[in-house]
Amino acid sequence: MSQRQVLQVFEQYQKARTQFVQMVAELATRPQNIETLQNAGVMSLLRPLLLDVVPTIQQTAALALGRLANYNGDLAEAVVKGDILPQLVYSLAEQNRFYKKAAAFVLRAVGKHSPQLAQAIVDCGALDTLVICLEDFDPGVKEAAAWALGYIARHNAELSQAVVDAGAVPLLVLCIQEPEIALKRIAASALSDISKHSPELAQTVVDVGAIAHLAQMILNPDSKLKRQVLSALSQIAKHSVDLAEMVVEAEIFPVVLTCLKDKDDYVKKNASTLIREIAKHTPELSQLIVNTGGVAAVTDCIGSCKGNIRLPGIMMLGYVAAHSENLAMAVIVSKAVPQLSVCLSEEPEDHIKAAAAWALGQIGRHTPEHARAVAVTNTLPVLLSLYMSTESSEDLQTKSKKAIKSILQKCTYLPALEPFLYDAPPNILKHVVGQFSKVLPYDSKARRLFVTSGGLKKVQEIKAGPGSLLQEYINSINSCYPEEIVRYYSPGYSDALLQRVDSYQPLAN
Amino acid sequence: MATLARLQARSTFLVHQYYFRNSAVDVFRKKEYDAAVKIQSWFRGCQIRAYLRYLHRVATVIQKCWRGYLGRQHYQLIVKLEFCTMKMNLYNAMAVRIQKRWRGYRIRKYCFNYFYLKEYLKAVSETNDAIREALEEFAEMKEREEKKADLEREEKKRDYQARKMHYLLSTKQIPGIYNSPFRKDPDPWELRLQKAKPLISQRPKVKQKRDVNISNQLACTSARSLPQSEILPPIDRKQCQGPFRDITEVLEQRYKPLEPTLWMAEPINELKMAREELRKQEWMRNINDNMFLPFSSYHKNKKYIPLMHSSSKYGPNSYGSQHFRDENPKKWICDKKFKFHEDRNVCLTYSLLYPHCLEQHLAKERKKERKKERKKEKKKERKKERKKSE
Repeated sequence: MSQRQVLQVFEQYQKARTQFVQMVAELATRPQNIETLQNAGVMSLLRPLLLDVVPTIQQTAALALGRLANYNGDLAEAVVKGDILPQLVYSLAEQNRFYKKAAAFVLRAVGKHSPQLAQAIVDCGALDTLVICLEDFDPGVKEAAAWALGYIARHNAELSQAVVDAGAVPLLVLCIQEPEIALKRIAASALSDISKHSPELAQTVVDVGAIAHLAQMILNPDSKLKRQVLSALSQIAKHSVDLAEMVVEAEIFPVVLTCLKDKDDYVKKNASTLIREIAKHTPELSQLIVNTGGVAAVTDCIGSCKGNIRLPGIMMLGYVAAHSENLAMAVIVSKAVPQLSVCLSEEPEDHIKAAAAWALGQIGRHTPEHARAVAVTNTLPVLLSLYMSTESSEDLQTKSKKAIKSILQKCTYLPALEPFLYDAPPNILKHVVGQFSKVLPYDSKARRLFVTSGGLKKVQEIKAGPGSLLQEYINSINSCYPEEIVRYYSPGYSDALLQRVDSYQPLAN
Repeated sequence: MATLARLQARSTFLVHQYYFRNSAVDVFRKKEYDAAVKIQSWFRGCQIRAYLRYLHRVATVIQKCWRGYLGRQHYQLIVKLEFCTMKMNLYNAMAVRIQKRWRGYRIRKYCFNYFYLKEYLKAVSETNDAIREALEEFAEMKEREEKKADLEREEKKRDYQARKMHYLLSTKQIPGIYNSPFRKDPDPWELRLQKAKPLISQRPKVKQKRDVNISNQLACTSARSLPQSEILPPIDRKQCQGPFRDITEVLEQRYKPLEPTLWMAEPINELKMAREELRKQEWMRNINDNMFLPFSSYHKNKKYIPLMHSSSKYGPNSYGSQHFRDENPKKWICDKKFKFHEDRNVCLTYSLLYPHCLEQHLAKERKKERKKERKKEKKKERKKERKKSE
């Protein structure tokens, strides 16, 4: 009997422990409880439970810790300060897969908040054990380990390098080939986080042969997977021309264009980011994209979404047009300019407007044909109003000013230039008048139109310092017309006439 | 003397007369002198003027000739210059023509082909249209698939509901809800209910909350793999009457974790998977994915050139491969080869192990041989006797 009583005591204690740990784990799922839990000192209580005899209690305690650390950075710091990490790392190597999953979850939760915490995780030697977990048979363990590695590598280049040095990259590439979709997603996201920091890291990822597998997975129907895969490819391609060429050699075009039609917005965004990163390096790559019809696809994509999702597509059009005038012409032919002007006028955010203004400037700056194509869509007044408005940010103002200047210097489409005579500030007016002075001497119809629309009158009213460029332009315009007309339209002419009437003495008969 | 005196008296008169005559002359002298001067000056003037005229004429002639010469020179220079200019202008004009043509040709051929650009832009816009169409088709296809999936889901849901509501089917006696007698046709639900198989009522799966929480995180494959520690039964419960086992034992057995044998623990295609794993690892380490091809002359039909060793008529020495002992048949005692236990199946080891048996055996053999020999001798003797008798 006494033995039974003794055993009963132990069983009660075990029951109490399991109940406590399970309740804590459940409470930790709700954010409102976490404050109270923290104040009640849950960390110090959970710590010895990690070393408990019963494996269930260990696992549930690790799970609870992970949830708590996931919530905010202070708790994660408390986990680090409480010296829990070495114990976790040690037992990661030995325990069964549920414990491994829970421990990897804790490491992930701690590592995601800040680089210092991630560095603490690296310092206690967790990377090697996590890499060992990546070789485990259970896909859940692999997923948890890959997630933790991804979060650690996300912060900066040194941590990424540490992850790569631990030998994680080949294993991540193997994980990508596994059949489980969740594992593929996480592995792709981890590769993306590793390769985004520097070209060397991206090269390491490419050397393991990741590009081929990533490129195959673009065709996968799962949208979250596609997001991560496209993000990984764009992080690889953004660093240098060679890497971008390698990505292109994996034959992603024209398959990537189907991702631009995906229902998920972030897939569209990441696909246009990838295309942008490839297009920005050299004219040849942009040419490749244009030849496969990428510009049309991106234009349609811009038309079908709003807000920040559009931004990479707009920038891509700008980059393509910036390389050469033939490419800019190709962009114009793909009907991108009306779309860009719609973006410019519709979007509420300043940075998107700035990007659209920049892209239009890049398209229109090459030759008069290009400038005409931009001017015909009536975007120049919009650009001017953005430049002049006080609400626009600095960046938007500078970009729209540059765009206006570069387009105006080539624009010979006079109907678009005329409104500028009235509203523009002096530094822009100079260019406008300059353009008129270049066109008018050679075009008689334009001269007639100029007079009838009141442009000549406006030009006479412009006050310019003698000898300045503006005055020269005005003189050259005036020299296109007979003197009487110029005098007729000069300001104060009616007064002068009336004065002459006053001073005229009729001949006395 | 008189004349002298008269002359001397007259001398003063002479003198005076001389003086007056001379002075009379003097009166006119000036006039005459002036007149003479005037005449002379006038004449000299004329002379000089004539001379000057002459000089002028001559100087004019000289100057005329000289100026003509200079002018002609100047004119020639101008003409030369004009000629050169004209020539240069001509050359320039011709050079401009040539350059114009050449530059146009060069730009059109090598730098910028306007028509090519036009064609290219046309091709680009055509590709764009094609891509737009293709993408629209793709989007449509996706939409259709989604709609189909939605419809199927709806169908399944309705089917499931119909199965659950199977009891609402109308019977012969009582029309069901969906089969009101006042309707012309029964409700479509009625037909659905008719088609549906009744659902066997199971106890609804009580979702063990703790299980779900843990298994969400840990992706457990089954809820039972984690040993459940539910509320343990009270320990001081009285044992049920009857041949029941102890409850703790029962629970222990019930929730015993699976301990598969090694045979079962490994998946059935474990060997295959391990091979795949190995292959993947090796593939990962490969620098080049292409298979290693044999040397290029492998598949060329070259004539096989055999070794000298095997193709000469001077073969290998038989000593050392065929036989290992030198034989000298002249020294042999008898012709026959030594037979050692050829007829009898006697194992050598057996003979070594059991020498006394061997001795017996050999003795038997010797006896038999002697018998044979005697028989032969006897035969020979009989033959001899026969011969003798004959």
